[in-house]
Amino acid sequence: MSVNRSDIENIARLARLSLREEEVAGYVETLGNILAMVGQLDRAETRGIEPMAHPLAGLAQRLRADEVTETDRHALYQQNAPRVESGLYIVPKVIE
Amino acid sequence: MSAALHARGLAGLAAGLAKREFSSVELARHLLGRLEAAQPQLNAMISITTEAALAAAARADGTLAGGQAGPLTGLPIVHKDIFCTEGVRTSCGSRMLDNFVSPYDATVVAKLKAAGTVMLGKANMDEFAMGSSNETSWYGPVKNPWNTAMVPGGSSGGSAAVVAARLSPAATATDTGGSIRQPAALSGVTGLKPTYGRVSRYGMIAFASSLDQAGVIAASAEDCALLLGAMAGFDPRDSTSVDAPVPDYVAALALPAKGLRIGIVKEFFDKGLDAENERQLHAACAVFAKLGASLVDVSLPNVGLSVPTYYVVAPAECSSNLARFDGVRFGHRCANPQDLIDLYRRSRGEGFGAEVKRRIMTGTYVLSAGYYDAYYLKAQQVRQLISADFARAFERVDVLVGPTSPTPAFPLGAKTADPVTMYLNDIYTIGANLAGVPALSVPCGFVNDLPVGLQLIGPHFSEAKLLAAAHAFQQETDWHTRIPRDWP
Repeated sequence: MSVNRSDIENIARLARLSLREEEVAGYVETLGNILAMVGQLDRAETRGIEPMAHPLAGLAQRLRADEVTETDRHALYQQNAPRVESGLYIVPKVIE
Repeated sequence: MSAALHARGLAGLAAGLAKREFSSVELARHLLGRLEAAQPQLNAMISITTEAALAAAARADGTLAGGQAGPLTGLPIVHKDIFCTEGVRTSCGSRMLDNFVSPYDATVVAKLKAAGTVMLGKANMDEFAMGSSNETSWYGPVKNPWNTAMVPGGSSGGSAAVVAARLSPAATATDTGGSIRQPAALSGVTGLKPTYGRVSRYGMIAFASSLDQAGVIAASAEDCALLLGAMAGFDPRDSTSVDAPVPDYVAALALPAKGLRIGIVKEFFDKGLDAENERQLHAACAVFAKLGASLVDVSLPNVGLSVPTYYVVAPAECSSNLARFDGVRFGHRCANPQDLIDLYRRSRGEGFGAEVKRRIMTGTYVLSAGYYDAYYLKAQQVRQLISADFARAFERVDVLVGPTSPTPAFPLGAKTADPVTMYLNDIYTIGANLAGVPALSVPCGFVNDLPVGLQLIGPHFSEAKLLAAAHAFQQETDWHTRIPRDWP
């Protein structure tokens, strides 16, 4: 499986990553190599095999009671935010 | 103070603290001095938290004086910078989180803090734990204490290097595809990846959630046992944490190796394995035979597909986990964003390094419309086959053995050009992550003056048995007591 420049640009757009012009060629090559290596999976006979999502087979997902357990610590958490005003996260204007 | 203080393991240090041979503050000062002195050569740390360490050590001395001490009170530790530490930068080796000061402690950090350990600082690591050589860190590569031209392994390269150079008796670490065991092997120390679900991952920055597990690196299996007991256990804050009793791992070290059924994994002794490394592994197996263990050949027919399986599953999960880094709520934000999409794209493009972007894009590709069945579903099915191979093997044997890594440490820069070559370093370690079983690496010899590791793999929740087998091996051998010449 090979990928070309427009594939890389499309994937980067989907993944919300900006790439510098000179990075694109490198990813064409290295993603192509990775997908070629991953292609070995075609060797495996998997008809009727149940897909395995995680190693905890047979353990049911726990649920907790629907109770308030966390206190409001937004001022502390927002100390890490790039831009905050009046307790709100500020981003560029979305609606004109 | 005794020059050999740093050469003592956790158990020896605990005994010294109990007998008032030295105080926790004196011990912390001694090791902080070594960490600072080694930093220019090894670059093993991202943050050295001197003030907080001395304050914690003083508190520990108070506890010791009051007769309230537990087995870990006053003992120093380094945390991999993937674990959130309240009030201390938690970077995950990334520019993205260079400015992130965690508002809370990871459960592992909180438990070890409550047990009285003294955090010396945060260890360097591959960016977001994606790497096998510690060369993807935004803070620069870690150097191998045995030879600074060589990599220490990764992603927990800082954790392995500080223990190898005896800058800290122990360090926490994480393992998604070999990130505890491979650096432990390449740096000549002991590293344990517990069973998936054994140790809480709350506050441990996520890479691939069906594979990630927290563990420990120390100089011996005995020290790993001591720490695992304090780290393991149910945590309601981690939905993958398993509610199972935590055995007394230290008491279990007394389990004899006699009668242990050991399976030698045929597929791990392949053409990729360094010949001299292979000779050391056979010598290690002979030690177990001498101790009365029985050795049989075992086959894991699908394990050869571990690397391709992993490089679908792990990037897929990483692309989704790392979507949270959006430049809005925390982490790096680009300058002067034109609009919201531009803010996302440039913040992420600048904040992530080349390998992290490669994995996010690989994951995005294999999960994209039209490719999901061919890649992700197929990989999940092969994962089932690999997992079944392990389950079948453990019907016949107690423990599987093999190499941890195909070769000893390689030179810095040797494998950075071709990611697939780098990925193949984890060919023997990834299987345990896919199956979710515990595994550890112990030093078993040297090749060209560089350490090599023996890997032991056990069934789910068999950490006690694995640690006991490793301990029995370390009672018969002295590889784990060797210290690099430059760090006496």
